[in-house]
Amino acid sequence: MSQPSMSKSMTVGESGLAALFAVTAFLCVIAAAKALDAPFAFHASLSAAASLAAVFVILNRYFERPAALPPAEINGRPNYNMGPIKFSAFMAMFWGIAGFLVGLIIASQLAWPALNFDLPWISFGRLRPLHTSAVIFAFGGNVLLATSFYVVQKSCHVRLAGYLAPWFVVVGYNFFILIAGTGYLLGVTQGKEYAEPEWYSDLWLTIVWVVYLLVFLVTIIKRKEPHIFVANWFYLAFIVTIAVLHLGNNPALPVSVFGSKSYIAWGGIQDAMFQWWYGHNAVGFFLTAGFLAIMYYFIPKRAERPIYSYRLSIIHFWALIFLYIWAGPHHLHYTALPDWTQTLGMTFSIMLWMPSWGGMINGLMTLSGAWDKLRTDPVLRMLVVSVAFYGMSTFEGPMMSIKVVNSLSHYTDWTIGHVHSGALGWVGFVSFGALYCLVPWAWNRKGLYSLKLVNWHFWIATLGIVLYISAMWVSGILQGLMWRAYTSLGFLEYSFIETVEAMHPFYIIRAAGGGLFLIGALIMAYNLWMTVRAGEAEVQAPVALQPAE
Amino acid sequence: MSFWTRHQIFEKNSIILVVGILLVIAIGGLVEITPLFYLKSTIEVVDGVRPYTPLELAGRNIYVREGCYLCHSQMIRPLRDEVERYGHFSLAAESMFDHPFQWGSKRTGPDLARVGAKYSDDWHVTHLTNPRAIVPQSVMPGYPFLKETEVDPAAITDHMRTLKTVGTPYTDDQIANAAADMKAQADPDNAGTDAFTKRYAKASVRNFDGKPGTPTEMDALIAYLQMLGTLVDFKLYNEKANLR
Repeated sequence: MSQPSMSKSMTVGESGLAALFAVTAFLCVIAAAKALDAPFAFHASLSAAASLAAVFVILNRYFERPAALPPAEINGRPNYNMGPIKFSAFMAMFWGIAGFLVGLIIASQLAWPALNFDLPWISFGRLRPLHTSAVIFAFGGNVLLATSFYVVQKSCHVRLAGYLAPWFVVVGYNFFILIAGTGYLLGVTQGKEYAEPEWYSDLWLTIVWVVYLLVFLVTIIKRKEPHIFVANWFYLAFIVTIAVLHLGNNPALPVSVFGSKSYIAWGGIQDAMFQWWYGHNAVGFFLTAGFLAIMYYFIPKRAERPIYSYRLSIIHFWALIFLYIWAGPHHLHYTALPDWTQTLGMTFSIMLWMPSWGGMINGLMTLSGAWDKLRTDPVLRMLVVSVAFYGMSTFEGPMMSIKVVNSLSHYTDWTIGHVHSGALGWVGFVSFGALYCLVPWAWNRKGLYSLKLVNWHFWIATLGIVLYISAMWVSGILQGLMWRAYTSLGFLEYSFIETVEAMHPFYIIRAAGGGLFLIGALIMAYNLWMTVRAGEAEVQAPVALQPAE
Repeated sequence: MSFWTRHQIFEKNSIILVVGILLVIAIGGLVEITPLFYLKSTIEVVDGVRPYTPLELAGRNIYVREGCYLCHSQMIRPLRDEVERYGHFSLAAESMFDHPFQWGSKRTGPDLARVGAKYSDDWHVTHLTNPRAIVPQSVMPGYPFLKETEVDPAAITDHMRTLKTVGTPYTDDQIANAAADMKAQADPDNAGTDAFTKRYAKASVRNFDGKPGTPTEMDALIAYLQMLGTLVDFKLYNEKANLR
C-alpha cells in the first residue's frame, strides 16, 4: 500500500550500515596488507570482500524496493518476516550435513589413523573443533535463529523488529561460522574447548549477538499479546546467558591487532573454571534452554494440544536456569580445583535432574489425548523421541557428575557417548522435528513432500544413535576399568596402548552409527528441498493457533 | 494474590524478565569463580615453577594450534592408578602460567602433565613424525611437517610482552633477550647458552630435533614436551603447606 506521492529515501539503517560496511571494508584491506600471519591475511581479505558485498547488497536492495518499507500489518494481520528464517533454516541444513560429515571423518580417523594423511589442515586435532563448532554453533545456532525469529513473531502476533537488523543477524552469524571454521583448518584457535574462535571472530560474534538480542527483545516489546509466551522466556534466557558466558570466557589480549594469535586473560586454574562455567552452560543454555523453547512451541503446535502445565513451565524455567550455572565444576572433578568447588558443582548437577525431568514431563504430557498421532505423524514422533532422549541424557549427566562415577568416566569415551545421546538424540531430533514443521510453514506449503521419507530418516537416525551411544558406553567403561585394573601382584595390569587397542572395534561401530545419522540428514535435506521446490502452495494463510499457557 | 499471579510481572514485562534472568544466572558463577582469585590453594606459589622459555612457549603454541589438548590431558588426578601411571598428581601452581590452561577433557592418548624427560628427544622426533613407527597400535596423527617448518625467533618477543600484560612475570631481561634465548636453547654450541640458563632455571639446552640451524617447530614442541611436569622437585615439595 505505498502512497505514490511518497518520495523514496534511504533509512538511517540503510545508509548507516552501508557506510559502516564501507569503512570496515577499508579497514580490512589495511589489516590484510599489514597482516603478520597468513590466516589473518586470509580472514581480513575475506572480511573485506564480505563487507563490500554487504554494501552492494544493501544499496541494491534499496534501489529495488518500493518507497515504503514492508508494512507491519496487512489487512489487520501481522505481515510476518520470513526471509531471515528461510535463510537460517537453509543454512542449518547445510551446516548440519557438513558438521555430521566432519564428525564421520574424525570418527574414522580414530579407527584408521592413516586417514589423517599427515597433513596439518585435516588432522584430527584441527577437524575436531570444526566438527563441534559446525554441529553446535552452525547447525544448532541456525536452528535457534530460525525458530526463535519464527516463534517470537507468531507468539507475539507482530512482525519481527527491524528492517535490515534480522538479516544482519543471520548473515553476520553465518559469517562468524565461516571465519571460525576456516580458522580451525589453518590452525587458528584459542585452545579452549567449544570456545576455539580467536579474538577477532569473538568480537564480531559479540556485535552480532547484541543485535540479535535487540531484534528479539524489541519484537517482544512490540507484542500484541499481554503475556510473553513461555518459549520466549527460554529463548531470552538463552540469548542473554550466552552473551554473559561468551564475554566471561573470552577476554583475550591479541599479540598484535594484525595477527591471529591472542592470549587469554585468565590462566591455569582460573581459566579452567571460567572455561567449564562457559562450557557446561553452552550445553545448558545453547543446547538446552534454546531447544527447550523449540519444545515448548513446536510440540504443542504439532500435537494441537496445549502445554501440559503452565505452572510446571514456570518452575521448570527458573529452576533450570538457576541450577545450570553451578554445574560447571563437574568437568573438573579430582583436578587441582578446590574440593568445595567440585562438590558444589556435583551437588547442583544432581539437583539439576529435577527441573530437567520436570521439563521432560511437561513436554511429553503435552501429548495427553494425542498419543495416537505418534502412529501417523513421524515428525511428531521425532519431536517426542527427542524429549525422551533429553530425559535419558539428563539422568545420565547427573549420575556422571557424582565424583566416584566421574573418577571412572572422566577422560573416557563415556563422556563422548553421553554428549552424543544429548546432541544426536535430543538436540538433533528436536531440530529435525522443528525444521520439518518450519519449512512448510515458512515457505507456505501445504505439507512436507514425503512423510514416508521422514519415517525413513527417523528410523535410520535412531539406529545410528543407538549404535553410537552403546559403542561409546562399552568403550568408555571398558577403558576406564582397564586404566585402573591391577594384577594380583599389585601392578597396573594394562599399558596405556593396550587400552587404546581395545577401543578399535567400538570406534568402527561408532563411525557406522555416525554414518547412519548422516544418511538420515541427507534424506531430510532432499525431502525439505522437494517440499520447497515441488510442494503445493497453501491457498489460505493458516489460522494461527492461540498460544497455550 | 497467589504466587502464580505474582509471576505475571515477569510474563508481562520483558525488561523485568531479562533482569530476573541476569540475576538468577549470576549467582552460581560468582560464588564458584570469585574465590579462586584469592584462595591460598588456587594461587599458591611452588618452588621451581617458572614461566616458559621462548622456545617452550613457541612449542606450547604449536601444541595449542594442533589441538593436542583434544586427546591428551595435562591433569593427573590423585587416584592410585593415575599417580602410579603418570606420577605425582598435578598441582594448581604447575599450570599457573598457562594461558590458556590445557588440562584437557579426554585421554584418547595418555596424560602428558609429566611426560617431560620420560623419553629421549630422538624418540619424540620419530614418534611425532610417524607415531606408528614406534607404537604400532597408536591412533595419533603424524606431524612430519613440524621438522620442515622453522619458528621465527624474532616474533616471540611480542608474545612474551603480551603474556606479561596478562600477568606472567617475565623480566625485562628475559623479554629483551627472547630471540637470542630461543636460538640458544636449541643449540648447545651457541655462545648465549650460559646467559640463557641463568634466566630460566632448570631449562634444558639441546638440539631437540637433531638438525643444525634455526630452531624448527619440532625443536619447539619437543622442548615444551620435555619440560612438562619437571619443574617441581617433589622430594622438597611440602604437600601439607598446600592442602587442597
